[in-house]
Order: sequence, then C-alpha cells, then structure tokens
Amino acid sequence: MEQEHIQISNPILQLKDVSISYSPGKNAVKNVSADIARNKITAIMGPSGCGKSTLLRAINRMHELYPDIKIMGEILLDGKNILKMNPMEVRRMAGMVFQRPNPFPTMSIFDNVVAGYKLNGISLGKSEKEEIVERCLTNVGLWNEVKDSLFKKGTFLSGGQQQRLCIARALALKPDVLLMDEPTSALDPIATNRIEELLLDLKNEFSIVIVTHNMSQAARISDYSMFMYLGELVEYDTTQTMFTNPKDKRTNEYLSGQFG
Amino acid sequence: MSSLRYRTIKDKIFFYCVCGLSSLTVIPLFAIIWELIRKGYKQINWSFFTETAPSTLDAMLARGTGDIIPGGIANGILGTLLMVAIASVIAIPVGIMVGIHLSEHPKTKFSNATRFITDLIQGSPSIVIGIIAYAWVVKPLGGYSAFAGSVSLAIMMIPLIVRSTEETLKMLPGSLKEAGLALGSSYTNVILRVLLPSAFGGLFTGILLAVSRVMGETAPLMLTALGSTAINWNVMEPTSAVPLLIWEFYNDPNLIDMIWSSSLFLLILVLSLNLIAKHIAKKWKIQ
Ligand SMILES: Nc1ncnc2c1ncn2[C@@H]1O[C@H](COP(=O)(O)OP(=O)(O)OP(=O)(O)O)[C@@H](O)[C@H]1O
Ligand SMILES: [Mg+2]
Repeated sequence: MEQEHIQISNPILQLKDVSISYSPGKNAVKNVSADIARNKITAIMGPSGCGKSTLLRAINRMHELYPDIKIMGEILLDGKNILKMNPMEVRRMAGMVFQRPNPFPTMSIFDNVVAGYKLNGISLGKSEKEEIVERCLTNVGLWNEVKDSLFKKGTFLSGGQQQRLCIARALALKPDVLLMDEPTSALDPIATNRIEELLLDLKNEFSIVIVTHNMSQAARISDYSMFMYLGELVEYDTTQTMFTNPKDKRTNEYLSGQFG
Repeated sequence: MSSLRYRTIKDKIFFYCVCGLSSLTVIPLFAIIWELIRKGYKQINWSFFTETAPSTLDAMLARGTGDIIPGGIANGILGTLLMVAIASVIAIPVGIMVGIHLSEHPKTKFSNATRFITDLIQGSPSIVIGIIAYAWVVKPLGGYSAFAGSVSLAIMMIPLIVRSTEETLKMLPGSLKEAGLALGSSYTNVILRVLLPSAFGGLFTGILLAVSRVMGETAPLMLTALGSTAINWNVMEPTSAVPLLIWEFYNDPNLIDMIWSSSLFLLILVLSLNLIAKHIAKKWKIQ
C-alpha cells in the first residue's frame, strides 16, 4: 500500500517500496517509500522492534553480511540504485555511526580517524593525515580533549568520547549521508547534548539520517521526522508538523507517550 | 543453629579435602622438576650448548674418573629450533587461513568437514603422523631429513593453530567487522587490518602453545628426521632434536646421565613458552 508522504525536492536518498525480511514471509520493514532531504536532519522514530535499524542498515548495504536477509524494492543514493553500485562505494558515500561506540581497539586515536583511508588502501601524506585528524576531531569537539594523547588507544576514551571519535572517523571520508543508529543512547545527557549540537553544525555539509528513541531529541534537532510502527512507515512529515499536528492516530498516541 | 554449625564444619572439611587433593596432584610435578634439577644441573654449562654429544668411549672414560660427561646437545638444540622454525613457517599461514575461513563461514559443509578433519588430526597419535610424513616426504625425497621432520611437526601444529584462530576470531565482537565494512573497506582489508590485529594476542598464544606442544615430540621425528650425531644445517639431511637425543642417551648406558640435563633443558624451554603464552593471553585479552 502506497501512503502519501511529504514531497522532497532533489532528495539525497530515495526509498522505493522497500521491504526487508530476516526470515521468509516475515517482513521486518514493509513497503516503505520515502525521499530524504539533502543537508537536513531526518529522524526515524518508533517503538522498539519496529524496524528502524533494519531500514537504516539497508541504506549502506550492511545486510549483505548476513545472507538470510532479503531486501525488496529500490534504494537510490544521489539518484543511483545502490545495488548497481559497488557496495564499498555505497558505504563510503553513506557513512554509518552505530549505537555502541566501536573504535578499532588496536589503533590509536589518530589512526582511528584516518582508518577509513587506510582500510580503503588510500595512502595519505603525513601533513594530509594531520590536517584531516585535526579537522575531524575539531568538528566533533574532541580536539582539545585529545590533542595531547593522539597516539593513545581509542579505547581509553570515555564512552561519549569514543562515540565522537567514531563520528569523526565517519566524517573523515566525507560521506554524502551520515546514517546514525541511536548514536546517543549509550551516552549521558552532557555527551548527548554535545553530539546534538555537533549534528546541527554538520548538516551544512552532510545529510543526516538519525534513528532515535528519544522524541525530544528528534524534536530538538531534526527537520523531518518519520514514524514507524510494526515495520510500516506510518507518517513522514516535517518535524514541526509531526509534533504539532500528527495525521495518524498511532503517531499521536506514540508522541503523547501512550505506547513505546 | 546447630544445622548452621554442621554446615560450617562440612564446608571446612570440604575445603581441606580440596586443598589436600590439589597438593597431591602438584607433588608429582615438583618431584619431577626437583629430580631433573638435582641430577641434571651439573651437566648444564657452556659446552652443553655449544658441543655435540660425546662418543660412548669419551663418556665412559669420564665416568671412570668420576667427571661429568663432556660435550653437550648443540646438535639437538639446533635441530629442534630449525625444525620447529620450518614447521611454523608451514603451519602458521595455513592454520591462520583455515581458522579465518572457519570463523567467517562457520556453517558450510566445507567448514564442517574441515573441522572434523582438524579434530581427527589433533586426536591422531603422533606416531601415525610420523608414518604419514614418512610416506609423503621421506619416501618421495629418498631419505630422512629435517624437512620431513618439519612436515610432521607442521601437521601436528596446524589443527592447534586452526582452532585457536577460529576461537579468537569468533570472540571478536561483530561490531568490529561492521565498523570496518561501514567505512567502505574491502572484506580482505577488514580481515587483514582490523580483525587479525585485534586477534593478535589470541593468535600468538595459540602459536606459542602449538610450538611448545611439538617441541617435545619424539615419535614422528624418529620416522622423519632420524637423528644425527653432528651439528647439521642442511635441511635435506638427517638431523637431531633434543627429544631424539634423550631417547638415544637413554639407550646408551654410558650416556644415560645426559638424559637429566637434556630433559631439564627441554622442560624449561616448554614451560617458559607456556608461561609466555599465558602472559600474552592475559595482556591482550579482548575488552
Ligand atoms: N538479526 C535478526 N534476526 C532476526 N530478526 C531480527 C534481527 N534483527 C532484528 N530482527 C527483527 O526485526 C524487527 C525489527 O528490528 P529492528 O532492530 O530493526 O528494530 P528497531 O526499530 O531498530 O528496534 P530498537 O529500537 O529496539 O533498536 C524486530 O521485530 C526484530 O525482532
Ligand atoms: Mg535498533
């Protein structure tokens, strides 16, 4: 069934009738169609288990690691079908930040930031690397905290710092889209606040899709919001409209805290 | 109240039983070490490491005058190191690659078959592996050699390395692989630059344990390396090894005193490898 959602012009991402199943006959995501805006923050909300992570991970072809997962429909990234692109290219264009910070444990903070280049076999000069590390760490507000310990292991940082390091690592590759799966759910309010401010800064350069459980977070930072329920995209609108004047009864119930 | 006291007493009795029994198991170990040190320490000097074993005649003369037996086991030490090194060169890459395959594709038919065969090899008596290496290497090459010995040791090392690699890689969190791939890395690069370095401690421990396991092997070497009284650097020639020498000393009444020093040396070597392996395993534990 095709719902009528908000129209976005010149979208960075287009989801066309996307369905995803972990096992045959049971769709975790059902017929989701939506266009996602460039240089905006789009939040995906919904109760636990409604398929938010599943949908997000389809965008950078993360599901291909697990052969049982089947995806139907089409996803266009900057107008190109992601299945017609090289998966490595897709993943470089659509950077991902995971729910739990996952810096590479054997690498220093410095090496973590430029890990994307190293892993892609791109060799950079020393000054180039230093420039990228300083810029990206400054971007995520970590530079002043770690500039004297760049060669310590990334895993020595606090959880919030590690998550910002992971964001820096994703930013370093200059992706077009940043996919974030509950990036602040493991963090305290102060660290959360810093990351939210960071995202507001970053949207000038990147398009951001963020999954969040936290409705006030979505209200604070996002321009557009999606509400998913049992695998369906129930409602997709500007965040303002969604929070002030939701069209669907289920959205209204969720936003007013009646379930979730 | 009385039942509490009863339980306390029961606890105490149990505790002393455990202490008593565990010290009982430790006693033989200390007894062995003590015996080896007592009988072997005199023999361990500079020439022990630099000279080959004396002839029966020389040993008999020394015994006659009450001196320690002259000479040493340099041929055996060198042979052991040489063969273990070559065996490692063969077994480490093979073992690690197979281990990677098993952890990346755990459920395929091929993996199950591989796992079954590794278990089979690991459970085979070492003399059988010696016979296989004899048939595969000694026969075709037309003679006993250090190389043939290395092949038999490598066959014994591979299953150990495969298993430790598989176990270590399986313990790595899946998020690590996802993090690498999400940066657009190729699969190969994720394995080489993310997974293997993160698993380094476990892999290294597994390798050290495999090395220490084969270092004391005697039976397969009898059928492959044969032994040699001279120091030998040529891998295509028969070569000695410390455990082979111990066996030879044991069979020669004049040289029999050498078994204590040689065994002490072998035991210390193997124990230290084990201790280093444990230490590394602890230090590199995955967070
Ligand atoms: N690896 C998996 N294998 C099988 N089913 C899965 C798997 N991961 C998720 N599912 C199922 O797919 C559905 C959607 O899961 P998903 O993780 O996308 O939800 P979510 O909206 O991200 O939830 P949360 O807010 O708790 O993270 C759930 O019903 C879940 O049970
Ligand atoms: Mg989720």
